[in-house]
Amino acid sequence: MSPTPPDRLAIAASQDVVLVRNAVRMAAERMGFRHLDVTKLVTAASEIARNTLVYGGGGTAAIECLQTFARNGVRVLFEDHGPGIADLSLAMREGYTTGSGMGLGLSGSKKLVDEFEIDSEPGRGTRVTMTKWR
Amino acid sequence: MIAQRIPILRIGTLLLVSIQVDMDDQTAVLLQDDLSAAIVKAGARGVMIDISALDVVDSFIGRILGMIAAMSRILDAQTVVVGMQPSVAITLVELGLSLNGVRTALNIERGMEILRAVGDEGTDVADSS
Repeated sequence: MSPTPPDRLAIAASQDVVLVRNAVRMAAERMGFRHLDVTKLVTAASEIARNTLVYGGGGTAAIECLQTFARNGVRVLFEDHGPGIADLSLAMREGYTTGSGMGLGLSGSKKLVDEFEIDSEPGRGTRVTMTKWR
Repeated sequence: MIAQRIPILRIGTLLLVSIQVDMDDQTAVLLQDDLSAAIVKAGARGVMIDISALDVVDSFIGRILGMIAAMSRILDAQTVVVGMQPSVAITLVELGLSLNGVRTALNIERGMEILRAVGDEGTDVADSS
């Protein structure tokens, strides 16, 4: 399904969030996304990359270009081995935050992409997968 | 890595900031600190922030813009954010971020009109609207 292997980037400092944004932008542009969809996906990726850094204590982002017969897409998988999220449904709620942010990161980025999955276990870390189709 | 600094230009009592790089969070926080110091030092009445080169404004950058606006208001200066790309505006609204309290203008020219009105009357435009 995917002709290119996922591009895996480390997220260990705030500059890495910028690098993830750039890599996601390049992937989306390569897959022929229109400008608005590039912006939406990059914004969503930026939110989750920051979560990976700030709440997950750092981790990785794997960017994958998807090509099917019907459509092109980009999938980004964020992984950290941080403290995890105890109450996922609470964390997904708009405006909920444990930090100093506004609580828009998870709920907001979900709205910006087509598919959004979050998997977390306290003490084991968090995995977020987001996919946007062209 | 040393964090980048966004230059702040002073024109009389106006401070002008044009963000030309993809800011990381540290750079954004530094800009906020630098601006508050510059407002006091210059006795600035207006701050114009040009974000036309920004392809992405996420919730963190949005929050920083809101904090800059609030902080400058307390220091008796009006902030206008100009040049937001349409795709950024759409994405911000979808994200749930309405940039409350941040005065925006389509371009630098309109931003200047707003700030000129502040300078002439010595009043806060945002309060009267």
